[in-house]
Amino acid sequence: MNPFPMAAAPAAENNPVLNISIFAAFVAVTLFIVIRASRNNKTAADYYAAGRSFTGPQNGFAIAGDYLSAASFLGICGAIAVNGYDGFLYSIGFLVAWLVALLLVAELMRNTGKFTMADVLSFRLKQRPVRLAAAITTLAVCFFYLLAQMAGAGGLVSLLMGIDGRIGQSIVIAVVGILMIVYVLIGGMKGTTWVQIVKAFLLIAGAIVMTIWVLAINGFNLNTLLESAVAASPEGDAILAPGLQYGSNPLDFVSLGLALVLGTAGLPHVLMRFYTVPTAKEARRSVVWAIWLIGGFYLLTLVLGYGAGALVGPEVIKAAPGGVNSAAPLLAQYLGGPLLLGLISAVAFATILAVVAGLTITAAASFAHDIYANVIQKGRKKADGTPVDADPNAEVKVARRTVVVIGILAIVGGIGAQGQNIAFLVALAFAVAASANLPTILYSLFWRRFNTRGAVWSMYGGLAAAIILIVLSPVFSGSETAMIPSIDIAIWPLNNPGIVSIPLGFILGWLGTITSRSTESRQLAAEMDVRSLTGFGAEKPIEH
Amino acid sequence: MTDQSSERSSAAIDYIAVEESPRFQKLKRTQRSFIFPLAALFLIWYFVYVLLGAYATEFMGQRVWGDITIGLILGFGQFITTFAITMAYVSFAGRKLDPKAQEIREELEKAEAQS
Repeated sequence: MNPFPMAAAPAAENNPVLNISIFAAFVAVTLFIVIRASRNNKTAADYYAAGRSFTGPQNGFAIAGDYLSAASFLGICGAIAVNGYDGFLYSIGFLVAWLVALLLVAELMRNTGKFTMADVLSFRLKQRPVRLAAAITTLAVCFFYLLAQMAGAGGLVSLLMGIDGRIGQSIVIAVVGILMIVYVLIGGMKGTTWVQIVKAFLLIAGAIVMTIWVLAINGFNLNTLLESAVAASPEGDAILAPGLQYGSNPLDFVSLGLALVLGTAGLPHVLMRFYTVPTAKEARRSVVWAIWLIGGFYLLTLVLGYGAGALVGPEVIKAAPGGVNSAAPLLAQYLGGPLLLGLISAVAFATILAVVAGLTITAAASFAHDIYANVIQKGRKKADGTPVDADPNAEVKVARRTVVVIGILAIVGGIGAQGQNIAFLVALAFAVAASANLPTILYSLFWRRFNTRGAVWSMYGGLAAAIILIVLSPVFSGSETAMIPSIDIAIWPLNNPGIVSIPLGFILGWLGTITSRSTESRQLAAEMDVRSLTGFGAEKPIEH
Repeated sequence: MTDQSSERSSAAIDYIAVEESPRFQKLKRTQRSFIFPLAALFLIWYFVYVLLGAYATEFMGQRVWGDITIGLILGFGQFITTFAITMAYVSFAGRKLDPKAQEIREELEKAEAQS
C-alpha cells in the first residue's frame, strides 16, 4: 500500500482497532456531555450563545479549542518538521493576531452584539444590505475553514488506518461530518463549547506530555534538539532560518503574515464565542486565557515539530500517508508506540470535530439569524421587548436545518479537498476574514462617519478580491499540488491574496463612505458608542 | 429598517447627550489613547519581524548561541511582547476603564429604571 519503507515507524505497528476504540471512547464521552448540556436548549440565546453563561476561563479554553485546529496541531508540527523555521512563523502570526482581538474587538463586540458578527456591523447602518453582506462573508470564511478541517480528517485517518485510498478517506470524512451534525443539532452552542473545552484540555495535555518526552530524549536541551533536527534534515542548517518554504517567494510570505495577523479578529466563529460569556469583562478574560493557552501551545509545537524532524525524519514524514500533516502522529508513534499514537490521533480527531462543530453552528446562526430572520422575514416588526411569537423558534428551527445542509456541504467539499496542505487552506480562510470582515468591524467600531455603502463595498469587495485572487493563484490551478491541476489559469503569482485584498477591503470601505451622501442615524451611532464602551444594555445571560 | 434597534432602544435615554458628556468623552479618550498606540506598536514590530523573515533570511539564520539563531530569538521575542501587552492591557483596563464604564452604565440603568 505504501511504496516507501517507513523505517522509524513501520505501519505494521499501527493498530487500527486500538485507534478506533480510543476515538470511539472520546465520541461516547463527548456525546454524553453534549446530551447533558442540551437539556436547557430552549431559546435562540441558548442555542446560539449557550445562554451566555460560560465563565471567562471556560470560554478561554473553548476559544483555544476552537482556534487550535488541525492546522495548528498537525499542519504547524508538520511544517516545522519538514521546513523548519517557516512553520514557526505561521504560529507567531496566529498568536500575535489575538492582540487585535483583545485590544480592538472583543469587548466592544460583546457589548453591542447579540449572536452574530452581523449584529454589530448592522447596528448603526442599514440593516438589510449590511446584514446580508456580513452573513455572506461569514458563510464564506466558514466554508474555507471547514474545507481545511475536513481535508485534515481524511489525511489523519489515512495515517491511522493505513488507508491510502480516496474511498476509505472519503468514508471517514463522511463519518466526521455526520458526527458533527449530531453534536451541533443536539448540543447547540453549549454542547459545542463543552466539546471544545474537553478537546483543548486533551490537546494541550497531549502536547505537554510529548514535549517533555522529546526534551527528555534530548537532555532537556533545546540546542541538542535543534542539532539533531539539523542532522536529520536533508536541508541541514537551513531549517534554523526562514526561507525553506517561502524563500522562493518572499512576497507571498508577507502576504500570508498580513492575513494571519489581521484575520483572527475577523473570524466569525471566534467572534461568536464572545457572546457565550455574560459580560464584556468576561470576554476580555476569555481572550487573555486564550492567549496564554494558545501561546503556550505554539511554543510546544516548536519542540514537537523539530522533535518530529529529528526523531522521525523529514523524509519519512513526507513519504507517510497523510504527508506533512502526519508529523505529530508519527512522532507520537515513535515515542510511545501504538498506544500514544492512538491517543494523539484521537485528540487530533477530537480537534477536527470540535472545530467543525464551532464553524457549523456559526454558519447556521448566521444564516438563520441574519439571512432568514432579519432579511427574509424582515418586516415582522417586534413590539417593544417582546418578540413576535413563533419567530425565535422558527429561527432556531431554520438554524438546525442549516446545520444539516452545511454538514453535507462540508462532507462533499472535504472529500474534494483531500490532500491539500491544511494549514495553508486555513490561511486562505484568514485572508477572506481579514479582507472582508475586519475592515468593516474596525470602521464600524471606531470611525464615526462610516456608512452603509462603505460597509457593503468593503465586505463584497474584500471577499471578491480574495476569492478571485485565490482562483487565479497557483493553489487553484496550474501546479501539481493545485486543487485543479489539469487546467492552468494561474496568472497571479501569490498563494495568499492578503497583500492585495486586505488593503483593498480597507480602501473600499473608506471610498464607499466618502462617496456616499446618505447620512446614517446620529442617534444610533451615539447609542453604539455609549453601549460599546460602557456595556449598558448589553445582552444579559439567561438564568435557568 | 432599524427593527432591531426599536426593540432595544429605550426612548428614555438620550444617547447623544450621554455620548457628548465630558465623562464619556474622557473614557473614550482614555481607552483610545491606550489601545491605538499599543496596536500600532505591536503591528509594526510584527511586520518588521515578518519582513526580516521574508527578505533577510541570512541574518535570521545567524547563530547566536549554539543552534539558537537570531530568527528564533526574535520569534520568542514576539511571544514575550504578546504576553506582556496582554498583561499590560488587562491591568490598564481594570484600573482605568472598568470603574468609569461601570459608573456610567449604572447611572444609565438607573435612568432607564426610573422612566
